[in-house]
Amino acid sequence: MLKTMIRRAGKCAVIAAAGLMMMSAQAAEPIKIGSFLSVTGPASFLGDPELKTLEMYVEKINEEGGVLGRQLELIHYDDVGNASSARNFASRLIRSDRVDIIVGGSTTGATMAAVPLIEQAQVPFISLAGAVVITTPVKKWVFKTPQSDRMAAERILTDMKDRGITRIGLISGTGGFGSSGRTQTLEVAEQMGMEILADVTYSGSDTDMTAQLTNIRNTKGVEAVLNFGFGQGPAIVTRNYAQLGMELPFYQSHGVASDSFLELAGSSAEGLRLPASPLLVPDSLPDDDPQKEVVQNYKAEYESRWDSKVSTFGAYAYDGLMLAVRAIEEAGSTDPEAVRNALENIKGYVGVTGEFNMSPEDHNGLDADSFRILEVQNGEWKLIN
Amino acid sequence: MLAEFLQYLFTGVTIGATYALIALGFTLIYNASHVINFAQGEFLMIGGMATVSLTAMGVPMVIAIVLAITLAGVLGIALQRFAIAPAKQADVVTLIIITIGASIFIRGIAQLVWGKEYHVMQNFSSDEPIRVFGAVLNSQSLWVLGIGAVVVVALVLFFTKTLIGKAILATSMNKEAARLVGIRTQMVLMLAFMVSALLGSVAGIVVAPITFTSYDIGIILGLKGFVAAAIGGLGSGVGAVVGGLALGIVEAMAAGYISSDYKDAVAFSMILLVLFFMPRGLFGAKVVERV
Repeated sequence: MLKTMIRRAGKCAVIAAAGLMMMSAQAAEPIKIGSFLSVTGPASFLGDPELKTLEMYVEKINEEGGVLGRQLELIHYDDVGNASSARNFASRLIRSDRVDIIVGGSTTGATMAAVPLIEQAQVPFISLAGAVVITTPVKKWVFKTPQSDRMAAERILTDMKDRGITRIGLISGTGGFGSSGRTQTLEVAEQMGMEILADVTYSGSDTDMTAQLTNIRNTKGVEAVLNFGFGQGPAIVTRNYAQLGMELPFYQSHGVASDSFLELAGSSAEGLRLPASPLLVPDSLPDDDPQKEVVQNYKAEYESRWDSKVSTFGAYAYDGLMLAVRAIEEAGSTDPEAVRNALENIKGYVGVTGEFNMSPEDHNGLDADSFRILEVQNGEWKLIN
Repeated sequence: MLAEFLQYLFTGVTIGATYALIALGFTLIYNASHVINFAQGEFLMIGGMATVSLTAMGVPMVIAIVLAITLAGVLGIALQRFAIAPAKQADVVTLIIITIGASIFIRGIAQLVWGKEYHVMQNFSSDEPIRVFGAVLNSQSLWVLGIGAVVVVALVLFFTKTLIGKAILATSMNKEAARLVGIRTQMVLMLAFMVSALLGSVAGIVVAPITFTSYDIGIILGLKGFVAAAIGGLGSGVGAVVGGLALGIVEAMAAGYISSDYKDAVAFSMILLVLFFMPRGLFGAKVVERV
């Protein structure tokens, strides 16, 4: 009896000593921020600005003295937009790199592939992907920075309702983004008492959507058209829409909220509206807007450092990194449980994407108002509200 | 009703004409060598992308188009010289695999040179669409159809009236015999690759204002072109044109009348049906095995 007790006490002492040693060693060690992003491959337009943003701000934070007196170390892998390699890299980050927190996952596919592993390993994870499934239902260790497609749908339909529109023609891409957006739009429309009269789709590689649009045009009672899609498809839809001479109010989703979309769609885009990050119109935000300064700074810093146009997607990484830093500071350590709790309780963090108010029920922390409704006027984005 | 039908028809014919041009490229090389050239879509991409980047540099559109077509032609020759010719006596299957490799290589280079973004090309003439009985026709569609027709006529003349054209035909019919009468079959093969690259690039340039263009546009359009060629019967010029138009029209009608979800399914069922009842395609040559 006594022997076992002594033995146990001995074991405890050894463990405690080892723990102390590890802690003191850790004080000098950098805080490891892990990341897996789609830097190349089909989703590179997401991963590329995200990685650039992470690199640049980790550097900046380190120059300013780091976090909790420790330097940050960014460990990143390129998943090439492939979900199974995302999972492998997440596993490597956890098991061999032993990172303190993960900020990454450019696409919903990559994120969801890594989630089970991360939940099991109990490492705080901030995803940079959009779909609503990432944080609904809430997963203990998973957070995300972009607004979900559901919020986009809510924002668009609210704006339509404000204009007195209740009957909509919907055209959506069959890709992950488009089909998830379609589902959300159908649900939100039902809740808001709006009717989807026409519901057509196109695949990502389609080169002409005139047939689908003609279908909508011939549906009686449609008051506005909404296109939920991604990539070049929506630009073709926009052009066909103009060619067909359709005059109904036209909405796009946040998936195409970028200057390159304007370039592709050209004058056909005139008058269309979409929900977007304030990053597209930093200078037209009112001065009392709390986001104005953050947005302007991010845009200026990114563009001077990389000599390329800032994108909404990079901003997700900015917010992800800043949330991680803030949580570590508030937790006062890199203990995963403490960091996770701190993340969950972040209130009033003003980022580029919006104002984050996390809670145990909401691991995204944004509301639909963080989207601004923009309209294309004279080939430029114009803030509507 | 009529307006609706016409609209679907216009859409179908336009995209069908593009498929037909691509299918012709497949047919040409298949005839000369029995190789299915999966790099055909890349010629299309080279045509569109080179024109876009040259016009962006300030080169007038017409000259940019000529240069882009020339570039594609040179590339076609290079493909035959450096990838197909060295494999001399290899199996047809091996050669087909070589073309797949070449297509990935060309796409990779294009991605490095031109980046991954989509690019716009201006319409050749006005942006104003044309209205016919309530349906709308993009003016560029007329260019696609017109140039497609011209190319087909030119090809027919080339094969029936010129010595080189006849040499290609002869080689396709019997390589050994062609060689015996003094046709340099390697040369003929090179020509076939060049002409088919020219065809591809022309298709790529005329549709670019409608579809946009990017480094990977050749994958799906090339595949659709191959489907069109197979429906028409590989090796038949008429078949390629009919196959292309039929595929385009069926796709557009399916998207309009049935559901856009089933559009591709309908198109691919069509090839299954055709090949099931007519294994050599609609216009495929009857092959008699001589023992």
